[in-house]
Amino acid sequence: MRKQFVKTVENILENNKDVILLLGDIGIFNFRKSFKDFPDRVYNIGILEQSTIGMAAGLATCNLIPIVHTIAPFLIERSLEQLKLDFCYQKLGGNFVSVGASYDYAALGCSHHCPGDIGELMNLPEMEIIIPGTAKEFDILFNQSYDNGHPTYYRLSENSNNFDFPVKFGKAKIIKKGKKATIIAVGPLLDKVIEACKNLDVTILYYTTIYPFDKNTLKNNCESGKIFLCEPYYEGQLVAEIIKTLKPKPITIDFIGVPCKFLRKYGTAKEHDKSINLTIKNIETRIKKLIYG
Amino acid sequence: MKKDITELKKIIVKSSHESKEGHIPSTLSILDILWVLYNKIIKINPNKPKDIYRDIFILSKGHASLGLYSILANKNFFSFSEFKNFGKFGSILGGHPDRNKIPGIEASTGSLGHGLPLAIGIALGLKIKKLKNKVFVIIGDGECNEGTIWESSLLASHHNLSNLTCIIDHNHSTDRALKIDNLSTKFKSFGWETITINGHNHEEIYNALSQKHNKKPMMIIAETIKGNGIKIMENNPEWHHKSPNSDELKLILEKIT
Repeated sequence: MRKQFVKTVENILENNKDVILLLGDIGIFNFRKSFKDFPDRVYNIGILEQSTIGMAAGLATCNLIPIVHTIAPFLIERSLEQLKLDFCYQKLGGNFVSVGASYDYAALGCSHHCPGDIGELMNLPEMEIIIPGTAKEFDILFNQSYDNGHPTYYRLSENSNNFDFPVKFGKAKIIKKGKKATIIAVGPLLDKVIEACKNLDVTILYYTTIYPFDKNTLKNNCESGKIFLCEPYYEGQLVAEIIKTLKPKPITIDFIGVPCKFLRKYGTAKEHDKSINLTIKNIETRIKKLIYG
Repeated sequence: MKKDITELKKIIVKSSHESKEGHIPSTLSILDILWVLYNKIIKINPNKPKDIYRDIFILSKGHASLGLYSILANKNFFSFSEFKNFGKFGSILGGHPDRNKIPGIEASTGSLGHGLPLAIGIALGLKIKKLKNKVFVIIGDGECNEGTIWESSLLASHHNLSNLTCIIDHNHSTDRALKIDNLSTKFKSFGWETITINGHNHEEIYNALSQKHNKKPMMIIAETIKGNGIKIMENNPEWHHKSPNSDELKLILEKIT
């Protein structure tokens, strides 16, 4: 996804003279062509995330379109108030593209993990949240939304699904239809969900846009009233949104994701998946439990 | 200009009295600066508040909003009648300014340390667009406790933002918390041109705001008095966020200068 991010932004810089790229001292080598081609629109701002977001908001007031890129915890958690006040409250458009996801930088420890980003951003009114499942999907979603005048977060991940879907900003995709339950898969968890459900009579809905949340697709595809939510960040973030969407229909809901605790081991993202039981086998077991009790 | 500066001070005090809201001393420490800035320096047109060629002013210490509101009303951005609603539920005028509600307000501020990075982004944006507009921002000395002031100061000098002027309202609010020593030396070492003035002397304010700074951003350290013009408030921390009662109001209006 990271390579695609470079390609996508290179292309946009070429075609839209209002786009400004601000890098938090990462991706400098990858963007070397853009630095050369657009020296007045591509900046290595440095390691000062709060001021970078504030500065980006200032650029947005000049009708420019900022893209800010750095590692997830620094982009979101260090600069949360700037995102809240400078962008969301002031109703300014900007793009915030992170790498690292929940624990892609597993070996670097908790300072570089960011499973809390989505829950934190869901508490910022006006913020749009996009979690692509593949590089191609990032390209589609970014092109559809980067200049829409809203603050938008794009969460890149090292972990990608095997197949690209023709995703659309703000719309969930129906992957398959079934009767026993509705499974919601977010971004790069889709592959695991498809595999876990291969012998189950369930509906799978694929969400790559979290906010604005596509209520209609869920409303129209939840006959069973049983919902299983699979999220690649802190578990259960979308539960309230699902309940609000379906009320007053009585529902049974269960969820899986990253538990809210510090993951103090190092190693790889796969090892962390296993240690928190975010596995195909466990997803299947939990869905069966939801369906059959 | 319809009203003189003393009349504006009276409107500020009365609004605070009626609404039981507002930071009067912090407002009065910057009112002379705003007066000179809006009457002599910045190019703006109340009939075209979003004109792309306008100069930009950001009040980073947004709690001094009453001062900016009084100046903007005097420049006909909106009516003085709005002051009777200051701080009320449906008012456009809140305790901190809102760019989406009030004509002439360029940034919604309140949490300290946000206005300078915003101003720097605007200054850079104007430079990218090859526009000649100037950007002005007022920050507080207490606000200089915030890390973003120093982060973004590096950005401003690194990017040679000569279209940016920042004014520090050095009313010594910070003295009760964190010693800040010599602001001029500090900002010079961060790559800014600096000048220190009496922030209540209109000629000094004008000269500083007019000074050319072709390569670097300009930092004006304005030595000011919190509550300037109201003796019972001057440098008295009790009044930081206090509104006068009826007796105090009467006394203030009689003696205000």
